[in-house]
Amino acid sequence: MRRQCTDIDVLVIGGGAAALAAAIEARRIGCSVLLAERAPCHLRGGNTRHARNLRLAHLAPTPFSPGAYPPATFWSELQRATQNTADPLLGQRLVEGSLAIADWLQGAGVPLQPIAGHRLPESQRTVFLLGGGKTLVQRLYAHAKHLGIEIRYETEVTDPLLTGGRLLEVCCRKAEYKQLRPRAVIACCGGAQANRAWLARHWGEAADGFINRGSPWVTGEFLAALLEQGAQAVGDPRGAYLVAVDGRSPADDGGIVTRIRGIPEGIVVDQEGRRREDEGGDTASTRYALWGRRLADWPRQIGYLLLDARGLRAAPPALYPPISAATLGELAIQLGIDPEALRLTLDAYHAAIRPPRAPGDDWQALGLLPPKTRRAYPLVEPPFHAYPLRPGITFTAQGLAVGPDTRVRLANGGVVENLFAAGMIMAPNLIPQGYLSGLALTIGLVFGRIAGSEAARYVRC
Amino acid sequence: MSVAKPFSEAQRMLRICAICNYCNGFCPVFEVNVHHPPTAATLAHLAHLCHGCRNCFYACQYAPPHVFAVNLPRALAELRHQVYLDRVWPPAGRWLLDYPFAALLLALTSGWLLVLLAILVGTAFDLGAPMQTGFYRVLPWGLMSLIGALPLAWSGLALAIQWGRHWRSIRPPQARGLMRAWWRTLPAILSLSHLSGGGVGCNDRDAGFSQARRRLHQALFAGLAFCLAATLTAALYHHALGLSAPYPVLSLPVFFGTAGGVLVCAATLGFSWLGLTGDPEPRAPRASHLDLAFAALLLIVAASGLALLLGRASAWMPGLLAIHLSSVWALFALLPYSKFLHAGYRALALLQESLTEHETRGD
Ligand SMILES: Cc1cc2nc3c(=O)[nH]c(=O)nc-3n(C[C@H](O)[C@H](O)[C@H](O)COP(=O)(O)OP(=O)(O)OC[C@H]3O[C@@H](n4cnc5c(N)ncnc54)[C@H](O)[C@@H]3O)c2cc1C
Ligand code: SF4
Ligand code: SF4
Repeated sequence: MRRQCTDIDVLVIGGGAAALAAAIEARRIGCSVLLAERAPCHLRGGNTRHARNLRLAHLAPTPFSPGAYPPATFWSELQRATQNTADPLLGQRLVEGSLAIADWLQGAGVPLQPIAGHRLPESQRTVFLLGGGKTLVQRLYAHAKHLGIEIRYETEVTDPLLTGGRLLEVCCRKAEYKQLRPRAVIACCGGAQANRAWLARHWGEAADGFINRGSPWVTGEFLAALLEQGAQAVGDPRGAYLVAVDGRSPADDGGIVTRIRGIPEGIVVDQEGRRREDEGGDTASTRYALWGRRLADWPRQIGYLLLDARGLRAAPPALYPPISAATLGELAIQLGIDPEALRLTLDAYHAAIRPPRAPGDDWQALGLLPPKTRRAYPLVEPPFHAYPLRPGITFTAQGLAVGPDTRVRLANGGVVENLFAAGMIMAPNLIPQGYLSGLALTIGLVFGRIAGSEAARYVRC
Repeated sequence: MSVAKPFSEAQRMLRICAICNYCNGFCPVFEVNVHHPPTAATLAHLAHLCHGCRNCFYACQYAPPHVFAVNLPRALAELRHQVYLDRVWPPAGRWLLDYPFAALLLALTSGWLLVLLAILVGTAFDLGAPMQTGFYRVLPWGLMSLIGALPLAWSGLALAIQWGRHWRSIRPPQARGLMRAWWRTLPAILSLSHLSGGGVGCNDRDAGFSQARRRLHQALFAGLAFCLAATLTAALYHHALGLSAPYPVLSLPVFFGTAGGVLVCAATLGFSWLGLTGDPEPRAPRASHLDLAFAALLLIVAASGLALLLGRASAWMPGLLAIHLSSVWALFALLPYSKFLHAGYRALALLQESLTEHETRGD
């Protein structure tokens, strides 16, 4: 066993989409591959476990997405979403690589969900994984095992040693084999979103108010160690993709269901009982991220979505039952908000409401700051309800700078010849800011494949 | 609170599923769940709309040991069992459903005693005299038919009552076009189309996709159809052609009987193998016991039937006949208190879907 583990061509660090794609690709080319996943087997798969769809270019309709989504369109949307900060060379490889991903996934046994059932939102841009990311994880692990990839769980890789443009050695936190000297290493260990200390460094006390939506094992220590050793950083150390989630969610791993989706149906106040933003302003799916970001800057990172009985009926179902009371005053007391302050906020809001005048008009509350531009119904029908809101972190936005072949760059120029990176650990090359839905998985799979074959090529030469 | 528990657990999980809905490509449960808050009646319907493929268990990001502990296949299997109990008629049948192996033993023993009694009566009054051949020498045709017909009549009544109760609780308010809906549903029932799990197959034993359970269902279906054909052709030979059993090897009843017996044996052994070796995590123990007991009963009927075919000209024949007949009695008598129930519940679930789908499409 010891021999098997020390004499390996490629070590893949991580256990999500990027790691699996990299390991499979390198193994198919003929390398011996060890995949080290830090999580235990039943919770393997990082944040990939929680994902649902991925963004793929395609030139003609497929059973999984209608119409076409040309690579050029994909690229221009990515440029717009990131305000032209995406690396153009990597962007090119991403959008073109995405053309082949649907076939690659199916070839590896990962089922995609056909649109024929009419159970999916109509989308030319993304395809849906049948059963979601956990199925992808299950199928790719089965495929990896079938190919003869060695898989180790509860195995954290630490202490990289970078010298002379090579990654010489890493440490495996498992008793049987400590020092490893693989010929090539592919780092696919994600961002740092589960790392409280990392978040506190950049966000200060606010970090205490964050909830981690994904895996508790994605803590970015290996990323930090590489940066310390001279790897070049890219992206924004304070950047993070934040989404408004129920404040009562578990500290980690709550996944997709903790989102609060009913914001347009009510008003959102902070701990002082003040409104701060237009609750009717955004309707696109980006609104979740807007609210996550806003909450991060509020006192104690908390907000309350207030609904009356009508609002609760209209809001989509939520994970936890709301906090309820017969009057708004009682509700305020339950929430620890000054009832008088809340009353003033509501009076001002109610006074500003303008019912629709013509068909097609919406309820609006315009003459106040901030206004509510859509669905500005009065909160009058008891009982009254509240959902506590907190920022839920999905991923951080600092990573390793890489070349188009995913080789890790050094801060003082040059690259690490045997170190490659794929997935969220290098995604900030493409999305130093902004995001498009389904992009994270695509980045993981496309660059996982590239990293796998580049590492194999390096080892074989 | 053992009565309400299966409902509240399923309700808790389905609430999470309604928000997540990642599994909506696997089966119709999720789509119905998204549109209807899970009340007691919808829950009873959803429980049977689930065909236990377990796809959603292996796909679930919240499967135990996650704190949300979502294990929908298990919760819905529990619920199906609860629904059987809630609708059972007469109420004493609950006992049979909750202790399926004891019920099996009881039914076999009573069947055995009954058959012996019938043989004694037949011999004492020499009822078999007019047909001195084969099986009827041991047990005259009339008594033999009675041993089948009586429990079957009772079970028909009990099944009608139980399935009727269920249909009244789940049927859409204005159920029009019932006949046409049956017609639309029939192909899905016969082809077991849902058992293909969104096209990839079920998770019969573990996280890998498989078609095993679907194939086994089809084998069982075909086997039972052959057995029925064997009985019908035998009746035809006896009454219309005046030929008495046992029939020669190359006759229709023997052919159908052999094919049916072999298929039923193979299918029930296959089901038991899946049940005993597969991952127990997504299963509900009391529902699994019901499955296993029913498979065992079918296996006994089929195997004793095959043994009777083989030994029909030997000195063992009377004993084999008695064993086979008592197992048939047990099967017929236990139909409304066994896993056989699920056939009707499942058909009604599909019928309900067909009716509601049709209505919404009409809008
Ligand atoms: C709720 C939720 C929903 C999402 N939905 C979508 C979606 O629909 N579409 C989409 O594209 N993206 C989605 N995302 C984002 C996406 O899932 C992830 O960003 C993406 O899967 C990351 O893939 P990855 O392989 O780079 O990293 P991850 O999947 O996070 O994997 C990192 C892996 O590295 C392991 N690891 C960490 N450190 C070490 C170490 N030192 N040694 C060994 N192993 C280590 C971890 O255990 C983990 O397995 C979602 C995220 C969340 C939280
Ligand atoms: S079973 Fe799990 S993954 Fe599937 S819909 Fe329900 S909560 Fe989501
Ligand atoms: S076990 Fe299969 S049929 Fe039942 S709810 Fe899950 S996916 Fe649907």
